[in-house]
Amino acid sequence: MANVISFLTRTRGIGKLHWTDWLTYGYLFLGVLLMFLPVIWLGLSSFKTEAELERFPPRIIPMQQETIIVEGYDEPLPLYEIVSGEFEGETLAQIRRVGLVAQMIRPDNPDERLKVDINDRQAIEKFALATENYSELFDRFNFFKFFWNSVFITSVATMIMLTVNSMAAFALSKYQFTGRMVVLGLVIGTLMIPQTVVLVPLFLITKELNMADSLWGVIIPGAATPTGVFLLRQYMLTIPDEILDAARMDKASEWKIFWRIIVPLSAPAIAVLAILAIMWRWNDFLWPLIVLSSNDNFTLQLALNSFQGEMNTQWSNLLAMTMLVLLPIACVFVFLQKYIATGIASTGGK
Amino acid sequence: MSQLVLRDVRKSYGDLDVIKGVDLDIAKGDFCVFVGPSGCGKSTLLRMISGLEKITSGTISIEGRVVNDLPAADRGLAMVFQSYALYPHMSVRQNLSFGLENMRLPKAEIDAKIDQVAKMLQIEQLLDRKPKALSGGQRQRVAIGRAVVREPTVFLFDEPLSNLDAELRVDMRGEIASLHRRLGNTMIYVTHDQVEAMTMADKIAVLRLGEVEQFGAPLEIYNNPCNIFVAGFIGSPRMNFVEGRVDSIADGTLTVLTTTDERITMAADRFDTNVGEGVTVGIRPNHMSVTDLATADFKVNVRDTEQLGGESFVYGKTGQGAAITVHLSGQTRFEPGSEIGAKLDSEHIHLFATGTGLSLRKGAV
Repeated sequence: MANVISFLTRTRGIGKLHWTDWLTYGYLFLGVLLMFLPVIWLGLSSFKTEAELERFPPRIIPMQQETIIVEGYDEPLPLYEIVSGEFEGETLAQIRRVGLVAQMIRPDNPDERLKVDINDRQAIEKFALATENYSELFDRFNFFKFFWNSVFITSVATMIMLTVNSMAAFALSKYQFTGRMVVLGLVIGTLMIPQTVVLVPLFLITKELNMADSLWGVIIPGAATPTGVFLLRQYMLTIPDEILDAARMDKASEWKIFWRIIVPLSAPAIAVLAILAIMWRWNDFLWPLIVLSSNDNFTLQLALNSFQGEMNTQWSNLLAMTMLVLLPIACVFVFLQKYIATGIASTGGK
Repeated sequence: MSQLVLRDVRKSYGDLDVIKGVDLDIAKGDFCVFVGPSGCGKSTLLRMISGLEKITSGTISIEGRVVNDLPAADRGLAMVFQSYALYPHMSVRQNLSFGLENMRLPKAEIDAKIDQVAKMLQIEQLLDRKPKALSGGQRQRVAIGRAVVREPTVFLFDEPLSNLDAELRVDMRGEIASLHRRLGNTMIYVTHDQVEAMTMADKIAVLRLGEVEQFGAPLEIYNNPCNIFVAGFIGSPRMNFVEGRVDSIADGTLTVLTTTDERITMAADRFDTNVGEGVTVGIRPNHMSVTDLATADFKVNVRDTEQLGGESFVYGKTGQGAAITVHLSGQTRFEPGSEIGAKLDSEHIHLFATGTGLSLRKGAV
């Protein structure tokens, strides 16, 4: 721990701050702010009530008005402090508000109704987390269904993609056959065709194959990606052919060479591709939106979208769900990011 | 009976002929070395025997069975690669067992074989290490162990010692030779180092440009090289060559007049040549001695000397400009720049036809 602190607080100047210290720490602080401010704002806002979210000017910290349960009233009543006028200094609960006048009562004397000018009172607020934003997701919306759909699509699609891509890359990197470069050229060539151009034909094919509005319709069309094939091929080129020859002399079938030699030796590149694939699939929005139509098949991203109505948007739930959608991918990144750095460095990929 | 027979084996990549018709008979239990300069096709020939490389035409048979279309795994051979080609992600034990597992041997048998081989090659304490934690010599042992454990009929070695330092190379050379004595298997060994070839082989095949120049026992090749290429390639330091022309054959004496008008005489009955024919005289450095300029066969301008204490080498040039090396036992006092006379031991003179490079020795093919 002492090491971490001394590392983080290292300076160029000894005893005092050199001007480069100011510059670097300032720059780093700005970077942290730029990166984290939106996330922090999202996290705090996801705990705000709908009313708090619409408040202008906005506040950073989620606050709620204090309420009190008064005998004779079903709902808890909001509490106000009266700052001027007849009841100055008292704490009153509001029953209802009519125009510029609020009907209020004393909590200890609920029978006597008082009329207070709304400018004379000030809401009593405290720090409170609106956890109902989250609990509602599970009670009122089928969060687990969406979550399962997303997890299913992400994991199955990633596995299929890794298998298909690594096999293609193996063939393209280790076998000599006529037309090899043509095939590779075609694979790389598809990178130049924007996805939006093939969206309609792809949808028609998916529909013909009866995969519209099914999770497989999202999974199958993206099973092979040119980026993945290219990334893995470049890595597999670095595996010496002599190792494959040795395995052939050891009576290993080509299938066995692939699983026992090529796949373990390409693990760093495959890990990179796995992380990228998980991120692509988890965050994918457009293609699931086109293929999936029934509510039951929605992924989290589509469910998020459905919070945003034409007339109004349920910001509180939307923000809470965005938080939940971010969490798994953040965890994946935290645990696997060292593979990204090492893998990308060694593949020379992007 | 020959265990491995190659008949008119050829390999071409498009228009490029890499192996141009090789015929070889390798007897069971022989240690056969393919030697040649780099690019001569020796490694390709080995890979063709192993089955890793397809042959364009001809036949390869192992124990009487033509194996042209048999995949590498089914030929019953094992190969040790130049880069060792150990599986980097497997421990030494897994490296050794991989081939046996593929042959579907029972686990107990695999373990027994591995233990036996590990003991023989002294790699028992390394069995749980990964290849990257081994030194070059240890990796070499494991690579050999991986071949031995499969009990092949023929071992193939593709320049296995070229990545080791000089001292280790000598050690491993001895170990491979003793392994051969112990196992008695046929071994084919590819190298560009003629010292390895001379010290290890029962039979040497000298290759050049995809053709076998000469095939025979090491000393037979050393003593009776069939052409000027083999003569120059085998033997270290290499044979000296002096250009000339047969001047006279009389009284059982053959005289060669060199291009610098010096006369070299030898017994005529050893050679098959005619007066006037252009010849190259070949003589090994240890078959020369230094004499007075008067009695010398030809003069040598000393360029440099190498004193090894017990022996010494004199490097120089003839009047023709050809490089000459003289091997002398003991120490020498010649200064660079001086001129010395070289006397040839006429018993050991080789003659080659100038155009074709073929040996003119009687009975040479």
